Amino acid sequence: MISILTNNWSSLMEGVKYTIESSLIALIGSLILGVIFAMLEISPNKTVHIIGRTYVEIFRNIPLLVVAMFFYIVMPQFIPGLDGFTAGTIGLTIYTSAFIAETVRAGIESVDVGQMEAARSNGMTYLQSMRFIVLPQAIKIVVPPLGNQFVNLVKNSSVLAFLAGFDLMYQGNLIASTTFKTTDTYLAVGLLYLIMTMPLSYLMRYLEKRWSKNPQA
Amino acid sequence: MRNKQRVWTKLWLLLPLLSLMIILTGCGKNIAQEDVMQRVDKTNEITWGVKSDTRLFGLMNIKTGKIEGFDVDIAKAISKEIFGKDVKVNFVPVTSNTRLPLLKNGNVDGLVSTMTITPERQKEIDFSDVYFNAGQAIIVKKGSAIKSVKDLTKGTKVIGIQGSNSVDNIKKAAPDTRVLQLSDAAQAFTALKSGQGDAMTSDNGILYGLVSDDPNYRVVGGTFTSEPYGIGINKGQKKFLTAINQALKDIQKDGTYQKITDKWFGNISGFDGSVSK
Repeated sequence: MISILTNNWSSLMEGVKYTIESSLIALIGSLILGVIFAMLEISPNKTVHIIGRTYVEIFRNIPLLVVAMFFYIVMPQFIPGLDGFTAGTIGLTIYTSAFIAETVRAGIESVDVGQMEAARSNGMTYLQSMRFIVLPQAIKIVVPPLGNQFVNLVKNSSVLAFLAGFDLMYQGNLIASTTFKTTDTYLAVGLLYLIMTMPLSYLMRYLEKRWSKNPQA
Repeated sequence: MRNKQRVWTKLWLLLPLLSLMIILTGCGKNIAQEDVMQRVDKTNEITWGVKSDTRLFGLMNIKTGKIEGFDVDIAKAISKEIFGKDVKVNFVPVTSNTRLPLLKNGNVDGLVSTMTITPERQKEIDFSDVYFNAGQAIIVKKGSAIKSVKDLTKGTKVIGIQGSNSVDNIKKAAPDTRVLQLSDAAQAFTALKSGQGDAMTSDNGILYGLVSDDPNYRVVGGTFTSEPYGIGINKGQKKFLTAINQALKDIQKDGTYQKITDKWFGNISGFDGSVSK
């Protein structure tokens, strides 16, 4: 396994670079999209609620590979120059955002209804009470399951391998198919994914602890 | 003690299986070593191994349940040339992984299965003369500025298939192009259609199959590697080999070969697989 790592170090590192890049973009993008759609879902307005619900149900229930393939194969007809990396990252963002929307929605709904009512009766608008009263409480509840989603996101970025997106899994496939050292290659690839996801898990655990000890932070 | 007994019972159970294997391999050898010419003269029946999943060369027709293609027609023509019109020709579907064992076991008398003549394979079996000029080529969308592999310069993208030699070959032939590797031919062609690359590279046989399905794409620039197909037979069948080579010459002379080529590749622009020109 050492020889696989040393002989293919540069291509593996290129893969790691693309995986991290795609994961970071998708992480930020899906967090923003996810929160927006969670807000739509809990909106008292029926039409807005239905829009949010439809988005979440569609993308949560289609396999990631299908979503990514859609952006790789179908979308270039409308957006020329959409390559495998971009298409895969867009697919990953949208897919993950549906799960994040569900997580955030559950978090917001777990905050007692009385909080919102109290805020509103103190003269705050709906958005103000959301922003200052409900969301800060919801975030603490939501952090552990969000951490899960982020770790999943890094692992799911391996979908890029099917779209020639140059990520770690793609490089692993190429190394395995040229050296025929399949076991060693995928062991090395697995190890590299572990190195990327473990710090993320620890960071999430740290945030969880810090926020539960010190509710004001 | 108990454990030991169990191990022994298991070993005894293995014995019949082992003997069966020995008997079977023994049988296989006998058939494979038998002179094919003599046997076919007696039984008037010959069996060829052909691909059943390769468009234009050997593809199972679901409606008729028969395998059809260039390889199949060549095998039929050669059998008739050697053994006469009334010989019964059987076909057994093979894959790249199963064809050598099937031939060596004697399940088939010969292989006409898009098989490239290579030195490694020549250690195991004998090859006839070339019956199809295979090699690596590229396909592009009709009207593309790319006319041959030389036009794949910096800034172009070419789509290949993971784990195939063709990727190494294209990197040598066009070092400045970027190669995107997808998992199989169908996926690679879909990616080409949706504009993910400027060209796609693979064996010309596979590419002819793709363009026969979609006239918006064509093979350009001919082959840039030489990986010719030969008919594979067991070693020690000298008479059979000579007869096959003679038959190949004869069907080229009397126009049968040309007729078969036209039938399968007649409408493909940029076709250069024929050996008779």
